[in-house]
Amino acid sequence: MTTGYGRMLRKEDQRFVRGMGTYVGDVYLPGMLYGAVLRSPHPHARIVSIDTVAAEAHPKVRAVITGHTLKGRNLAWMPTLSGDRQAVLATDKVRFQGQEVAFVVAEDHYAARDALELIDVEYEPLPAVADARRALDPGAPLVRDDIKDSNHIFDWESGDAERTDQVFRDAEVTVSQDMLYPRVHPAPLETCGIVADFNQVSGKLTVWATSQAPHAHRTLYSMVAGLPEHKIRVISPDIGGGFGNKVPIYPGYLCAITGSMITGRPVKWMEDRSENLMSTCFARDFHMRGELAASRDGTIRAVRVTVLADHGAFNGAAQPTKYPAGFFGVFTGSYDLEAAHCQVTAVYTNKAPGGVAYSCSFRITEAVYLVERMVDVLAFELNIDPAELRMRNLLRPEQFPYTCQTGWTYDSGDYPRTLRLAMDMAGYEDLRKEQEAERARGHLTGIGVSFFTEAVGAGPRKHMDILGIGMADGVELRVHPTGTAVLRISVQTQGQGHETTFAQIVASELGLAPDDVEVVHGDTDQTPFGLGTYGSRSTPVSGAATAIVARKVRERARIVAAAMLEADPDDLVWDQGRWFVKGDPDSGKTIAEIAWAAHSNLELPDGIEGQLDATCVYNPPNLTYPFGAYICVVDVDPGTGKVDVRRFIAVDDCGVRINPMIVEGQVHGGLADGIGMALMESIAFDADGNCLGGSFMDYLLPTSLECPSWELGATVTPSPHHPIGAKGVGESATVGSPPAVVNAVIDALRPYGVRHADMPLTPAQVWRAIQGRPFRTDLAIS
Amino acid sequence: MKVTVTVNGTDSARDVEPRLLLIHFLRDELGLTGSHWGCDTSNCGSCVVWLDETPVKACTVLAAMADGRSVRTVEDLAKNGQLDPVQQGFIECHGLQCGFCTPGMMMTARWLLDRNPDPAEAEIREVLSGLLCRCTGYENIVRSVRWAAEHAEDTAK
Repeated sequence: MTTGYGRMLRKEDQRFVRGMGTYVGDVYLPGMLYGAVLRSPHPHARIVSIDTVAAEAHPKVRAVITGHTLKGRNLAWMPTLSGDRQAVLATDKVRFQGQEVAFVVAEDHYAARDALELIDVEYEPLPAVADARRALDPGAPLVRDDIKDSNHIFDWESGDAERTDQVFRDAEVTVSQDMLYPRVHPAPLETCGIVADFNQVSGKLTVWATSQAPHAHRTLYSMVAGLPEHKIRVISPDIGGGFGNKVPIYPGYLCAITGSMITGRPVKWMEDRSENLMSTCFARDFHMRGELAASRDGTIRAVRVTVLADHGAFNGAAQPTKYPAGFFGVFTGSYDLEAAHCQVTAVYTNKAPGGVAYSCSFRITEAVYLVERMVDVLAFELNIDPAELRMRNLLRPEQFPYTCQTGWTYDSGDYPRTLRLAMDMAGYEDLRKEQEAERARGHLTGIGVSFFTEAVGAGPRKHMDILGIGMADGVELRVHPTGTAVLRISVQTQGQGHETTFAQIVASELGLAPDDVEVVHGDTDQTPFGLGTYGSRSTPVSGAATAIVARKVRERARIVAAAMLEADPDDLVWDQGRWFVKGDPDSGKTIAEIAWAAHSNLELPDGIEGQLDATCVYNPPNLTYPFGAYICVVDVDPGTGKVDVRRFIAVDDCGVRINPMIVEGQVHGGLADGIGMALMESIAFDADGNCLGGSFMDYLLPTSLECPSWELGATVTPSPHHPIGAKGVGESATVGSPPAVVNAVIDALRPYGVRHADMPLTPAQVWRAIQGRPFRTDLAIS
Repeated sequence: MKVTVTVNGTDSARDVEPRLLLIHFLRDELGLTGSHWGCDTSNCGSCVVWLDETPVKACTVLAAMADGRSVRTVEDLAKNGQLDPVQQGFIECHGLQCGFCTPGMMMTARWLLDRNPDPAEAEIREVLSGLLCRCTGYENIVRSVRWAAEHAEDTAK
């Protein structure tokens, strides 16, 4: 019997290795129909007419839905998670290539696809704006003429501009660097999809959806579709990876729901890979200018950032309301600075809508990349070793809790210890000597360092909400008469292993075996309300809720145990999974024994209800701040520009680890993401707005050959405010690893005097950097 | 057209459209949903099954091409309730997270181990390089296959 924290094999694996998972695509209902979306071939065009007559005449077609159909139901537009609106099916014009124009419902998905070919749409093509840097030019094509007379979305700033400028004026050294974090895509292997089943008799809508936030989706469906919320049930069954891609509601979901309402039959819609890459929530697309002010001795004094954010055709970024640029405000990184300021301007372009997604912790990925790249630029200018420069500037352990220049309070940390461990694991000093020897032989070896601090676990309800819904999460714990338990959580897993780790939390608090705790999630009719799994928030928020609800159960058990032992509750002690009278451990009662008694005819004190079940809603007092030190070693072929990642050392500190095996697995995955983004991934566009990353032939992802055998280390600095001292970790490696890889490649290119080149560092980009001609990676070169 | 495919040892005859893909035949016609569809372009390998003795990407094979041949899917890995060492290895070494790529990975790994019972890490990486995983960074998948190699005696036959 295993109890408590530590390596435990996952409960969920038994079904997955047998091919018995139930993903949305695996849901087959009697009489089910299939949907398909007709998409715009144009990045920007006015819709002159849509002729659906031939499609409707197809013998297997049951419905053809257009924007006009939806308009009649007040569904042509839907709100985005950023308070903008997005066309469900275009009525006036199309604003990006791949935008949804019509929806066919047919007896099978081959027929649905056939019928798309029968729809005749007449477009009047318009000039498109694909380059965010041209979006605010006078005369630039106007993307959102439905609501605005410019392509400007918002300006947002953080920090103290005046003070920062003052430090820059006084500084001995300043460096500046423009950099692009290219548009990338989370690309989970399971694409997005839904099975919608509207029961015309009961009026109840049941959907099985690829949703990372089933409760929030239920509320939004209610608001958008006008259905009473208790008549909507959202089920997120097994999800084939999310990474942020499955946070928003997509037009196809609403089309399938409408299709079910119209036909009276269930409708399944699963997008294909091109639809996934071309139309669903992308990430990044931040054009950044970073500046550092420093002293000659390498003391970093201030950071200044300007950002141009490309949000595409609709502002569909998913983030807390008060933070239009996400948590980019933590761009001060892991360093003790005198001043900091950033200014972010967001614009519309004729590109797919969204933003934020892809394991980014609400844009901390961009912030960490910016500051970690800038530290290396400074190291380059001052000719100081980049690890040494970081060590000189890292926050010291005694400074925690530390409030940074932009107002974020880092909860706990011992940064130098973590960096030192990474350096020791890497054999850093020896690596540098080896690098020198290899350079002498003409070999290009690079060593890249990054140090990141994340802010995860959104969040304190006072400051953080999505469309007015506070980011707190509920939990329910039931203990059955025979002493096994059911935990119902608001968050759900897309591979994170909640069924295992959340059982471990309860088991640890109550002295049960984790196998005796069943975790129920991903079904809004079965679980309490909460905001879902993204931004590494499950453990910081719902994990905390779970520990607290288990402690509530334990306190209820104390009263019952006292009645059983005919003692005063205050005289009882909890230890080793039992309540016992102080000094008499042999008389102790386990939770199982107490649970039976709590359901029995045992006489309880007045006002005590019996049973042990409890609920809790957790409103976190602060975010948690995991951190880590990463070192990447690369070899670059000077003839081809090809980069090989030889080693990757990652030391993560995410506080207390509930299940180290699962933590390490999550770190592995994030490191592979980092290699992908740094070296391969980009959704590029041509000047006309045509998407050039619409399949896995063009949007490259790392395989087993690009990834080295990861070398992991850990330090443990508990979060002081989290009930079990844990911090989030799911996105740490995705956030922290790209700058380590890029810094390594740039370090390798030092003999050529290269100070920066933009991701993805494909062979072509590296080769051109060697030639002194790095190019922009977001637009195709004509 | 009529096709008869021996799937996991059982003959399955269906009248299908000539264009029907094998992955849809398995999932929609036979209800074998363990094999997944992920990309359309033979890049991700979520749909890998065996056609006769060779792993294929079932999203780019027509059901008609499997007519008269045998197909083996993930549902056939465990025998008499006992897991194949590859399956057990994925559990032991945390070789899966969301589980979506796992069937394709395991079918490919089983094929490798049948030909080389003791593959080195480099060979495992080479053989799995036609399949994508977005969760694990591959490390634990490689370890899982090694685990299976080291516990070959447990092979369910």
